[in-house]
Amino acid sequence: MAWTKKILRINLTSGEITTEPLNMEWAQKYLGQRGLATKYFTEETDPTVDPLSPENKLIFATGPLTGTCASTGGRYSVITKGPLTGAIACSNSGGYFGPELKFSGYDMVILEGKSPKPVYLSIFNDKVQLKDASHIWGKSVWDADAAIKAEVQDPLAHIAAIGVSGEKGVLYSCIVNNLHRAAGRSGVGAVMGSKNLKAIVARGSNGVTVKDPQGFFAATDAGKKVLAENAVTGEGLPAFGTQVLMNVINESGAMPTRNCRDTVFEGAHDISAEAMAEPRRSDGKANLSTNQACFGCTIACGRVSTIDPTHFTLEGEGKDRYKHASGGLEYEAAWALGSATGVNDLDALTYAQFLCNEHGLDPISLGATIAAAMDLYEEGVINDEITGGLKLNFGNAEALVKACELTGIAEGFGAELGMGSKRLCEKYGRPELSMTVKGQEFPAYDPRGIQGMGLTYATSNRGACHLRSYTVSSEILGIPEKTDPLVTDGKAALVKAFQDATAAVDSAGICVFTTFAWTLDDIAPQIDTACEGGWSVDKLMEVGERIWNMERQYNMAAGIKGDKDTLPDRLLKEAAKAGPAQGLVAGLDKMLPEYYQLRGWSTDGTPTGETLSRLGL
Amino acid sequence: MQLALVIDPGKCTSCKQCEMACAYEKEQTFNPAKSRIRIFDFHEEARFVPYTCTQCDEAWCQQACPVNAITTDHASGVKIVHDNLCVGCKVCTIACPFGTINYNADTGKVIKCDLCGGDPACAKACPTDAITYSDVEQSGFEKMKAWAAKTDAAAQS
Repeated sequence: MAWTKKILRINLTSGEITTEPLNMEWAQKYLGQRGLATKYFTEETDPTVDPLSPENKLIFATGPLTGTCASTGGRYSVITKGPLTGAIACSNSGGYFGPELKFSGYDMVILEGKSPKPVYLSIFNDKVQLKDASHIWGKSVWDADAAIKAEVQDPLAHIAAIGVSGEKGVLYSCIVNNLHRAAGRSGVGAVMGSKNLKAIVARGSNGVTVKDPQGFFAATDAGKKVLAENAVTGEGLPAFGTQVLMNVINESGAMPTRNCRDTVFEGAHDISAEAMAEPRRSDGKANLSTNQACFGCTIACGRVSTIDPTHFTLEGEGKDRYKHASGGLEYEAAWALGSATGVNDLDALTYAQFLCNEHGLDPISLGATIAAAMDLYEEGVINDEITGGLKLNFGNAEALVKACELTGIAEGFGAELGMGSKRLCEKYGRPELSMTVKGQEFPAYDPRGIQGMGLTYATSNRGACHLRSYTVSSEILGIPEKTDPLVTDGKAALVKAFQDATAAVDSAGICVFTTFAWTLDDIAPQIDTACEGGWSVDKLMEVGERIWNMERQYNMAAGIKGDKDTLPDRLLKEAAKAGPAQGLVAGLDKMLPEYYQLRGWSTDGTPTGETLSRLGL
Repeated sequence: MQLALVIDPGKCTSCKQCEMACAYEKEQTFNPAKSRIRIFDFHEEARFVPYTCTQCDEAWCQQACPVNAITTDHASGVKIVHDNLCVGCKVCTIACPFGTINYNADTGKVIKCDLCGGDPACAKACPTDAITYSDVEQSGFEKMKAWAAKTDAAAQS
């Protein structure tokens, strides 16, 4: 129950399409989505494989609660080896695509090999076909979505697609579903592009059932009540979205600004949730048009925005497509495209966000890479000749949006930006200016002001990431209990606990944002009444720890070992200049040894035989 | 007092909880494809609109049915499709101006909203009160109240 217990396997090289039963023994040990798909992936794929070669695989996976009435039960993940990092990649998305895949009758789709020509995968229940995509190759996500919808003649079909950036191998290109939700990080879109797979369209009419319906309704109703009554999930997120954090993080002195030169951004208010809600002078409307929920979500944090009709980004030919409402700024995007580059122009950032959705770019890595390029430009390392005339000074909104346009189609200097900040800074001889861990740009929390996030970034299995252990919850918001963001004491245990719990949540089919209000005590009964197997909090924590160690093992075998659990020197050696964190560096050395010990790993970060055997690995 | 589904698109977030609740009530499975209520996403206008049968007093579907398979429950005003009589001719789906009665290929019968016998699952599942089940004669109350306030504010200024 809850699982469809069926997998779809597509060999893109031969065109062979097969189905097979889900390995239920593994489902008991890895639950679904992130955990279970990573189990399949690591069993089937050589860790040393080139991420953009046909030998890499790409898995779209749902969780047992995907497509049920559990709040936020609409998630899916894409699992592969990431081209940006060379590490395990797992990117999670909402919208409506994941449930549709499940309603078609499959828990996951495993894609192998490489199609000889551009194709898209069409899944209508048991009618599964690879269809020619040569006519949509070279089109944006938005245009591909419209073309495929017209072709399949079904207005209820849901589509996940890549843009030109994915086709051309931009290393942080993403997979966008429903026009503005994305499996965003680690370059999963480039892997899809390398397989000549433009899109997947799904439409299903098979229902999802659960083990104990009455118990499930009781557990999910109780969960929804907790979300509704919580200040963050019941009020803050629906009203302000994740952008509720912009002023909060800035005031905490943890706002990575101008490629981490600073930790406070003087323009933060201009690009905050509060600014998005203010009526503008030109048409009296606010940037924020409405909030939107993903499938099944009773929080509804998504932003739908419009750009000021008089703004410079809408001037000129071919701009009609940006003159209506579309997916707007979330906090990470507003930070990366804004604070990280020193740009405080809300409409320029909204336009840049639209471009990310249209072309399939991860706004975190894009913004952070442009920030690194700006640092190189300001330092005189690169000049107008190299940038093709882009004046990449911090704070230049015109240059920012032009850089985004070019990266979306991987042309001009955009092709270089598409390599990501690590490769860009290495190319120009200044690797220390890249704010990355394991090759992936880190997100919107400066570890000098939120110490736990330093350990989070350093140890994340997919490269720097906030969604692997969001200790901001505890250190800033006081969830589940307040810890001091400026100290390192106790953070090793906090990070481990968050990592393990999050791995379980990411494997269930629900959204990690629920954990602003839910603990595993709220989540376990929902899984337990949906799935066979006796899903207690303890079992979920064990599953989470098993998943974490499985991912770690894969990375070790791929050559990414303990020496890569580090942070850029700028964070380790240059103290914050102002704000609450003034004088502090990221105290990683004070946390990492304790973290290894708590994990049951050796002093060089290798899981011990004892730990692996305890977890059944 | 007769009750009806009162829909306020301004409050809808497009979460689809109503579609799942409806499908579960009618088909015992989470399957929005079989829902009698549907949310429309007008993406470019940033509007999400739930839509379902409004239980017409003189219903086109009922009048078109050649075998009298659609009857009225006079207490609630609900138009009910009787599966044992329905022959799946689909004429009602042509007659209905709103598209809210549809053919279910799995059963060979038509399906439409029947207000769940007086306790509609969609309204109970809606987390934002975009769908409520209330007095049909007062369904305009909240809108009138909002406009009364606006009018009064204008008159005072």
